[in-house]
Amino acid sequence: MKHKSIAKNALFGAITFALAQPALAVTDEEFKALQAQFDQLADQVEENSKDTTSNTTIGGYGELHYNNLSNGKGDEIKMLDFHRFVLFVNHEFNDKIRLFTEVEIEHALAGDDQPGEVEVEQAYVQFDIGENSNIDAGLFLIPVGILNETHEPPTFYGVERNPVEKNIIPTTWWEGGAMFSGHYDSGFSYDVALTSGLDGGTNIRGGRQKVAKAAANNLAATARVKYTGTRGLELAATAQYQDDMTQDTSDDVGSATMFETHARWTVADLTLTGLYARWDIDVAPTAAQSDIDKEKQDGAYIEASYKLNPAWGVFVRQNQWDNGGAGDTKKSQTDVGVNYWPHENVVIKADYQAQNDIAGNFDGFNLGIGYQF
Amino acid sequence: MKIYLKKLLVILCVFISPAVYAGGVYQEPADFINEVFDNNPPKAEVLWLDKDIKEQIVEILDHKYKGLRVRYWQQDKETASRSAWVLDEIGKEKQITAGIVINNSQIEQVKVLVFRESRGWEVRHDFFTDQFKQAGLKDNNRLDKTIDNISGATLSVRAVKKLARIALFLDQQVQNKQATQK
Repeated sequence: MKHKSIAKNALFGAITFALAQPALAVTDEEFKALQAQFDQLADQVEENSKDTTSNTTIGGYGELHYNNLSNGKGDEIKMLDFHRFVLFVNHEFNDKIRLFTEVEIEHALAGDDQPGEVEVEQAYVQFDIGENSNIDAGLFLIPVGILNETHEPPTFYGVERNPVEKNIIPTTWWEGGAMFSGHYDSGFSYDVALTSGLDGGTNIRGGRQKVAKAAANNLAATARVKYTGTRGLELAATAQYQDDMTQDTSDDVGSATMFETHARWTVADLTLTGLYARWDIDVAPTAAQSDIDKEKQDGAYIEASYKLNPAWGVFVRQNQWDNGGAGDTKKSQTDVGVNYWPHENVVIKADYQAQNDIAGNFDGFNLGIGYQF
Repeated sequence: MKIYLKKLLVILCVFISPAVYAGGVYQEPADFINEVFDNNPPKAEVLWLDKDIKEQIVEILDHKYKGLRVRYWQQDKETASRSAWVLDEIGKEKQITAGIVINNSQIEQVKVLVFRESRGWEVRHDFFTDQFKQAGLKDNNRLDKTIDNISGATLSVRAVKKLARIALFLDQQVQNKQATQK
């Protein structure tokens, strides 16, 4: 900073001196020398500004939500919630080794009997091991779906994240382990991971151990293939196998396979998205009926969005999901809404949701403001 | 589980070997300039950024800009018809460096030269950069062509679009300056 200040002062002094000498004749050589000095000083000022760039960077995102929902039976949800406050701190050790971390406070207040949680959602070291590939080791997001890895509020439509990725995948989902990734000029990329697994039996979302003294008797293997080699198109598929969903081979709930695929196609200002995810859990015939009823869980959504201009976008989404259970368990929700970006990294959202009876029949509107930096 | 681990290793072996993607520096800026001018590049010129120009750059970038000058290469100073620019902008966290050639106030070529972000590498593909060909600048400093986004690479796409707009804008400034000097 001191050097920068000296260089700036010197540049200012040189210019002042030059302007203060109108009556003096300046030879070509002197003029060229002066010009060279200006250039040198400008080089120094620019170089010093670059020097202030640190190998450590911070970033983050956050979102405040207001829900105004009712089910027509006297039950209401009228809630204002600072749903997520997230900070990233990343560090580049050298050109080939870097650290990514993400810490999140959910629902603003964490502690005993408080609604929120403090969570480490990412903390992994990435090693470049070739010109096309890298290994991530530590705690990272599972490569599945659309929102699980990219969920900063300005990047998606709808105040709340869609219920299919939340309840079936289950987003946001992170595990500890190692992942090998690479990509090709053709537009294909792949990820292969060996990580800790779920520990909730047939309760998928409740089975996330969040790498907090997580049982690691049975690991999970995940593979994703993605294609983005055609303008505006993304195709991806993820499969995961876990050989025991309770981390205990002596009970009636055993292995599970998860499959997810999605497509997203953008043409000019129109984007169409479709996603399907499914779990098949191996449950013994002797297991409790409540587990047998949840052997298969799946869901899908389709979404159409349109950017009216750089600041405004509208969307409509139809979600259907089924986490199993007794009787008819097929839930559905329709969302329609608008995003307004006063700045490319700030978004104000409004949407209307309508659920079927099985999903709770909570209809109404949601408002939100979100940011990223 | 053992069977799956074996399959995992086989998949790794299959994928590692034929890799062609070059991470980080795809082409040195100097090599890009040589290529653009058939190994006979003109001397680099310097455009000093006055207050007005800087204000417009800040408006395009939507954040502060520290530079004092921008270097460029111009093939024919008389007609000022073709110029090349090497510009940087941050995608999510790291700088993306792009080489941009402007010909008759329209983009002739956009090439991502350096990319160090952890995601969004798709912006270096021809299917993305070819969209910029023939794009010009509207009065509000926006591109006169729609550039399709890449899912999951929004911030990188945004950065390259900004660099294209800045190159067109600066080319315009050079032309205006040279026109007033004639």
